[in-house]
Amino acid sequence: MAAAARLFLRGANSKLSIAPGSLGTTLLKLSPNCSSRTKTQRRHAAHFTFQPDPVPSQYGPTQKMNLFQSITSALDNTLASDPTAVIFGEDVAFGGVFRCTVGLRDKYGKDRVFNTPLCEQGIVGFGIGVAVAGATAIAEIQFADYIFPAFDQIVNEAAKYRYRSGNMFDCGNLTIRAPWGCVGHGSLYHSQSPEAFFAHCPGLKVVIPRSPIQAKGLLLSCIADKNPCIFFEPKILYRAAVEQVPEDPYTIPLSQAEVLQEGSDVTLVAWGTQIHVLKEVASMAQEKLGVSCEVIDLQTILPWDIETVCKSVVKTGRLLISHEAPVTGGFASEISSTVQVRLKWPVSHPPHSHVFTLCTDDVNCWCIH
Amino acid sequence: MKTMLAIISNALCRMTGRNAGAQTVSEGARVVVSRSFADFTPQATFDIKKCDLHRLEEGPPVKAELTREQGLQYYRTMQTVRRMELKADQLYKQKIIRGFCHLYDGQEACAAGIEAAINPSDHLITAYRAHGYTYTRGVSVKEILAELTGRRGGVAKGKGGSMHMYAPHFYGGNGIVGAQVPLGAGIALACQYQGNNQVCVTLYGDGAANQGQLFESYNMAALWKLPCIFICENNKYGMGTSVERAAASTDYYKRGDFIPGLRVDGMDVLCVREAAQFAADHCRAGKGPIIMELQTYRYHGHSMSDPGVSYRTREEIQEVRSKSDPISMLKERMLSHNMASVEEFKEIDIEIRKQVEDATQFATSDPEPPLEELCNHIFSNNPLLEVRGTNPWSKLKSVS
Repeated sequence: MAAAARLFLRGANSKLSIAPGSLGTTLLKLSPNCSSRTKTQRRHAAHFTFQPDPVPSQYGPTQKMNLFQSITSALDNTLASDPTAVIFGEDVAFGGVFRCTVGLRDKYGKDRVFNTPLCEQGIVGFGIGVAVAGATAIAEIQFADYIFPAFDQIVNEAAKYRYRSGNMFDCGNLTIRAPWGCVGHGSLYHSQSPEAFFAHCPGLKVVIPRSPIQAKGLLLSCIADKNPCIFFEPKILYRAAVEQVPEDPYTIPLSQAEVLQEGSDVTLVAWGTQIHVLKEVASMAQEKLGVSCEVIDLQTILPWDIETVCKSVVKTGRLLISHEAPVTGGFASEISSTVQVRLKWPVSHPPHSHVFTLCTDDVNCWCIH
Repeated sequence: MKTMLAIISNALCRMTGRNAGAQTVSEGARVVVSRSFADFTPQATFDIKKCDLHRLEEGPPVKAELTREQGLQYYRTMQTVRRMELKADQLYKQKIIRGFCHLYDGQEACAAGIEAAINPSDHLITAYRAHGYTYTRGVSVKEILAELTGRRGGVAKGKGGSMHMYAPHFYGGNGIVGAQVPLGAGIALACQYQGNNQVCVTLYGDGAANQGQLFESYNMAALWKLPCIFICENNKYGMGTSVERAAASTDYYKRGDFIPGLRVDGMDVLCVREAAQFAADHCRAGKGPIIMELQTYRYHGHSMSDPGVSYRTREEIQEVRSKSDPISMLKERMLSHNMASVEEFKEIDIEIRKQVEDATQFATSDPEPPLEELCNHIFSNNPLLEVRGTNPWSKLKSVS
């Protein structure tokens, strides 16, 4: 699994007396799946360890659930409390290819949980119509890689509805869910992370959870949110991520990044699966280099929490962003340029501000093997 | 007289179980059999199922002629595809093939029949259940299996995998459902523009038949009279969804509305061949596009991660295997008309088995493509492009 990152070094007020670049190299050399030497032929399976969050106490009784079960729980809560809620997509009726909708059709009826034929553009277009007419529409796109036929509907129809109708109509009731990200054997069409394409579109919200507890809370927020939301679910975590998730409904606010671990030397920002990679990197850095890392989960890609990230970078002086998507035009570039602008870092002093791009091959980050 | 003798001798040989090609004397019959394959019927005519027609006055013929050579060739093609797919199944279970693997066994008659009807200079594009077509379009079993195992000897240099195999005049191998259909219409436009009298066979499945872009392609093809044969391989299930639950109209051959259509028995290689021939003639005569629906069946699930029995019964699969298997049907036809012998088929089977084994040997021992090739062929570029690797200290070169 490849990671994309941008490493900024603020030369003048550098808290660590290490040469620019070597922090990055050392961090990377510690990381098991990166090497600056030529790799021998070896299977590079996705490497990370899921790190569960502590059991939340403020939401009531909890139950052990993995990611897809927490999604089912959120959908169950929604269908129970909102009589207008409907779930549709390819193969959702029997439970979905990732088991996210298991049992819902039996419980709530076939007019509320139903299959659509194989037509993504149709699914989203239809979902927009359902939402505009007042029902809560939860559309599933089977893999984020298949969302592109629906791109026009999302970007041109859904996102701009409120604006172009002067607030007379909106499709805030629409939530689109899609499995997202690298899974190790997905190859070109079952591994993509298209959040950057949608980040370019005002009017939409794009949310990516890192764990079951987050997923349920964020999904319920997306459904409740009065704007069309796209909810990407890291597919590699569907079974691998297990936590104690509250049974009752609860929401986690959107557009609020979460500081998972406080630190003083470098800010690490990521979302989804990469959070677990970065947490591991942070503990390795602490252990081996004595470097204290602050880890931030962005959670909402659009609109993202600029304040939290900037506040952190002001404190640490360094920023590293990691994501699975290709680096050119990836969301890291947006974060890094915004932070630079906000903090008015002197780009006119090249020796002191180095931009290191630790990136995935711009080609692809999906693996055939 | 000679034919009479031949028929009698063959009948006697069948009764005594001896190879008709061998030099034998049937005891008690006083008939000397000479070693010659001329004892076999060189050609026969078979009745085939009539095709359902849409907007067509007449359809393909209801009788098909088959020569011995053709029969053996179709048998060989279909059996090779069958064995290759079963080997892929085995290798996948051994985790030597990874990723996604969609197998074609059960549908061999479609690939073999279409290839028999078109020329190598015609074009073909299909979706991801492509191994059969990759073979019929001229790629060796060795290269196909090596591509599945991701080795450098694979047809796409080990970088494509199951869904991305290509060959001259064979455009893949496409992952996104339905996306290959407008491409096929475009290829047909190129044929028309170049005036080369070639056609483009554009295949898709019953699941893809509900995609919007197909209807856009139908419209363009009909408007501009493109030489495009749209073929829907209806194997009754789009992944796990049966056609009745996915489509308002399961008459896929009529879905083109203003485009004429044929519904064909896709398990009979002769039926497929005659229909494809008819369709190709239709296009070459400048009459515009035509749709064929091949009614076929796949024995495996949608892919290797689908057992294939949660949405259909084992009895159903068994029934198709016993009553409509394309390879058995052809074999029985040829045997009943004395066009070949059981031993001959056995020999062919043994040859094919060996061919597939050798290919497997190659596919499992060939090295993987080197890391230097990872970034090749992103763009067409001259001079070579440098691409960042997974960290800034590993620069990869992209050569095209």
